[in-house]
Amino acid sequence: MSLPASLIGVQPKFETKGLKAGFKSTWVLNGIDIKIPPNRVTAVMGPSGCGKTTFVRCLNRLHELTPGAVVEGEALLDGEDIYDRNTDPVAVRRRIGMVFQKPNPFPTMSIYHNVVAGLALNGERNKKKLDHAAEQSLRGAYLWDEVKDKLTDSGASLSGGQQQRLCIARALAVEPEVILMDEPCSALDPTATAKIEELITQLKKDYTIIIVTHNMQQASRVADYTTFFYLGKMIEFGETADLFENPKEELTERYITGKFG
Amino acid sequence: MKGLILLSVAIAIIPLFLVVANVVVEGLPAISSGFFTGIPPSPLAGYGGILNGIEGSLLMVGMGTLIAVPLGVGAGIYFSEWPESRLSFLSSFTNDVLAEFPTIVIGLFVYALVVAPTRTFSAVAGALALAIIELPIIARTTEESLKIVPITLREASMALGIPRWKTIFRVVISTGKSGLATGILLGIARATGETAPLIVTAGYLNYPPTGLFQQTGSIPYIIYNFGTAGYPNWITVAWGAALVLVAFMLILNLSVKFFIGRKSTGVRAEI
Repeated sequence: MSLPASLIGVQPKFETKGLKAGFKSTWVLNGIDIKIPPNRVTAVMGPSGCGKTTFVRCLNRLHELTPGAVVEGEALLDGEDIYDRNTDPVAVRRRIGMVFQKPNPFPTMSIYHNVVAGLALNGERNKKKLDHAAEQSLRGAYLWDEVKDKLTDSGASLSGGQQQRLCIARALAVEPEVILMDEPCSALDPTATAKIEELITQLKKDYTIIIVTHNMQQASRVADYTTFFYLGKMIEFGETADLFENPKEELTERYITGKFG
Repeated sequence: MKGLILLSVAIAIIPLFLVVANVVVEGLPAISSGFFTGIPPSPLAGYGGILNGIEGSLLMVGMGTLIAVPLGVGAGIYFSEWPESRLSFLSSFTNDVLAEFPTIVIGLFVYALVVAPTRTFSAVAGALALAIIELPIIARTTEESLKIVPITLREASMALGIPRWKTIFRVVISTGKSGLATGILLGIARATGETAPLIVTAGYLNYPPTGLFQQTGSIPYIIYNFGTAGYPNWITVAWGAALVLVAFMLILNLSVKFFIGRKSTGVRAEI
């Protein structure tokens, strides 16, 4: 598959080679070869069951936590295989943050402790560092002004959209290089969705973002590049506008014109 | 139809109500401040007190719980977090069998294990029997209360690069801790009411405990021993001891309700 002209010569942040994943006897992903550019938003799109969620869960080695899960192939982060025998999955996950479909703040923790959980539970005790990280991350997630006076409230007391931004702040606090987002707006109303989308376009200055979405409008609003998955295969990868206006594959065209999916 | 349901509810509640009412009516005459500081009376010599039983029960249930909590919570964590392992399946099955085991058999097992070699009934033997009785209850409730912690919270924690054991201890257990507390209270309630295993392990002493390897009295034993005697004052002592035990159970059960209430609000807040 040819690379979009804008990516020729660009060192990919993430690259997978023949990435296969599934459960026991069934493959959900049938060999994905993709190059994800740094500091850009890449959308992974496709109908339900196409393997897009499994794909991002392979990129932070979360897939393997499900009983019976299997993974084959390579996933190179800055050229290094995160599935290398000597690579510690815990260390990989610190470099790759994740935001889930449904907001999932820790219900027993305050807003503050939710944000610094990744640092505090990894042994950071310095109060000043934690305070600084909490403020920076909440500012980064555009949540600071809304919660700065109630940091000790339960994270569960926030609205759905705020909870999701809290989860983004929580991911930012451990200073990852890549942020995976698995349909981060699917449980949110349009206003909250708009806020998250605005946030995503800001975050790409500092992070490489991979967002799973089944919403084509969302992909065209936030993503620089879009890839279309179907039945565990990557059908097409291109600049978002290009892919929507001039799809090269018939399957892509049928999907974006609403003929299936 | 609703009338029939209400009727069956009433029929189900009446025996419980009668038992409690009977215990209160029969036991109240024995209750005075002295009942908590004195020792059981001689025949036909007033009501005395059940300090030996209270202290013995506290001692043995306390020691038993200290043994059962770490083991039971540990086993429950293992059943919940490593359900796919073969050891987990086997020991979980064993745990179920143990939970249904006749407690007198557990008592006899401890008799052979501790009482026979040491040649004495003892608080240690009683505590060990109670620990074995509490263990499966605590393990099972721990497992159940951790299993209902949503998988998404574990994944959120793992995705932050928090190691699995820390995820379990700081996120999963912290979310399910009211369930854990409930299990421990249920275990204590169960152990406090056990009589048969104590008869064959701790024996009885009419004075407060004098040593860990001495015979030791307990509230249930007083009920059994004095309730079956012929002296009227002894029978009232047994009723009084029963009232103390029932009141303790009631307090424990209300505490359980309190913890369960907190658990359900926790779940609501999370949605």
